[in-house]
Amino acid sequence: MSSASHVQQIAAPLHVAPRFRPHALLAFAALLWFAAAGVSVWVPDADDYERTALFALLVGAVGAVLAAASLAEPALPKGLAARLRGVAPWLAVLPVLLVGWELVTAKFDLLPRPFFAAPQSLLEVFTDDWRRLGESVARSLFLLLGGYAIGAAVGFVAGVAVGWSRAVGYWVHPVLRLVGPLPATAWLPLAFFIFPTSHSASTFLVALATGFPVTVLTWSGVAGVNRAYYDVARTMGAGRAFLVLKVAIPAAMPSVFVGLFMGLGASFAVLVVAEMMGVKAGLGWYLQWAQGWAAYANMYAALLVMALMCTGLITLLFRARDRLLAWQKGLVQW
Amino acid sequence: MVSAARLSEPAFAAGAAIGVRRVSHRFDLGGAVLPVIEGLSVEIEPGSFVALLGPSGCGKSTLLRLVAGLEPPSAGQLLVDGLPIAGPSPERVVVFQDPTLFPWRTVWDNAALGLEAQGVRGEERRERVGTALARVGLAGFANAYPHQLSGGMAQRAALARAIVNQPRVLILDEPLGKLDSLTRIAMQAELVGMWQRAGFTTLMVTHDVEEALFMAQRVLVLSDRPARLVADLAVDLPYPRHRGDPRIAELRRQALGLLGLDATW
Ligand SMILES: Nc1ncnc2c1ncn2[C@@H]1O[C@H](COP(=O)(O)OP(=O)(O)O)[C@@H](O)[C@H]1O
Ligand SMILES: [Mg+2]
Repeated sequence: MSSASHVQQIAAPLHVAPRFRPHALLAFAALLWFAAAGVSVWVPDADDYERTALFALLVGAVGAVLAAASLAEPALPKGLAARLRGVAPWLAVLPVLLVGWELVTAKFDLLPRPFFAAPQSLLEVFTDDWRRLGESVARSLFLLLGGYAIGAAVGFVAGVAVGWSRAVGYWVHPVLRLVGPLPATAWLPLAFFIFPTSHSASTFLVALATGFPVTVLTWSGVAGVNRAYYDVARTMGAGRAFLVLKVAIPAAMPSVFVGLFMGLGASFAVLVVAEMMGVKAGLGWYLQWAQGWAAYANMYAALLVMALMCTGLITLLFRARDRLLAWQKGLVQW
Repeated sequence: MVSAARLSEPAFAAGAAIGVRRVSHRFDLGGAVLPVIEGLSVEIEPGSFVALLGPSGCGKSTLLRLVAGLEPPSAGQLLVDGLPIAGPSPERVVVFQDPTLFPWRTVWDNAALGLEAQGVRGEERRERVGTALARVGLAGFANAYPHQLSGGMAQRAALARAIVNQPRVLILDEPLGKLDSLTRIAMQAELVGMWQRAGFTTLMVTHDVEEALFMAQRVLVLSDRPARLVADLAVDLPYPRHRGDPRIAELRRQALGLLGLDATW
């Protein structure tokens, strides 16, 4: 790293006045966004759409931001500029797709209407129904994170216990073997019968879906720890607690994270089903409600929000992993 | 190494005597019994440097594990300063052929492992870890992770992790076996230097006859499995030794002959 900055210091005087040049692809993308805004303003709608102007405004605003970015690109922080350049092709393709969508729906009405919504109809859902949508997101997150936290914690502890102790393994292994592969949703009728509230029942189902992969992968991580690590620690005076907490668990962490990722994926599926069948709240319920009223724009909007929520959570987990497992080869960031 | 010599010496307790009395060990391989050590008796003087030579798979590593207390022997007695070995202890630390550093810990935290396990903290821990890392020439790599080290550096870190415990017995299981020949030669001298300064008893397995003769005061030659003592060679040469010493060549021929490899040169 120091050698790289050294090279820059030497190289800098070579171009005394760096030529000012906007980033071409970003500028092109900005132009396309402006064009998309123009299409939505000047091509007349085939029907009454309330949010066409706002839609055009937002699309134009994206164009303006990109235009500014393309001009400022050489002056932007290095990391940000590199990321912008990386997504530039996507930024150029997106407005084209948007225009296409806009034309076949709002402008020329080429697709069967209730099933295919125009982009400004989705926008209308966000502007007019944000309260209900927002509450659904909050309820979904509350349920998901509660169940996930419980499932991950119980699965982790169970996995360590099974991996560490032969006796615990003897009793827990057959149970896991029998019950684990059962999809968590199969418990749904029973859970709603046993638990006092539909929320606690759904939390249980999410926890169950999370807990199984976390248990199995924590267990296999702990069981797969290089025995030589224990020998080293034992000759240096390590007791049992040290061997578990400072040897087995850190060594198993890469495997634990695989389980956490699988558990998160499984928990999304269970969440939606539980919300549709039981709790009558959250994004799953919103989807079902929208379908009942043939409010397809609301459904697409909810799907979009759900996709963003899921990918956001996965990204958070990736961040946590990169931080905790920075010692792993290839992941090390300086 | 010149600068290392000026560092404050860690307060090593003097080396311990090791007694191996009619020790036998066998492994249970799903019904079949594999005798690995058979009636082995050796007395090792406190503070001495003893090398173990023997054919591959004869039970050298097993003997070291018994001395380390990682396993109890099937029969016989193992003693440290006359007291039976009841289990592993930081008094007797092992360095394996693989450095087995914990990949999730930095070099510093790896070296601190023993002190952490023993509950040594604060200034004393910092001091001892710092000294040990300086002793093996890794002071500048305290914050590196194991995968960023070369083979030689990793083995040095493993050595630091061992000596930070101020052991009375240092057990080395082919510690230089995987290193390139130049690193190996350099580390042979470093290990001897460390042993001479610190005074711990050193018990080292090696498959390299020359290495044994260059480093140890005494070379024990073991038989094929089950291991028995075939010969007990005294290497009566002062340090520093010279690889070309005719006495070493003489002992080498003798040792190779005992191992069943008649030197034809
Ligand atoms: N834990 C074990 N279980 C069963 N057999 C073992 C075990 N450890 C070592 N052995 C066997 O004991 C013999 C001696 O092993 P070892 O002491 O590692 O030999 P070496 O002299 O090469 O270090 C080998 O045949 C090996 O397969
Ligand atoms: Mg061995």
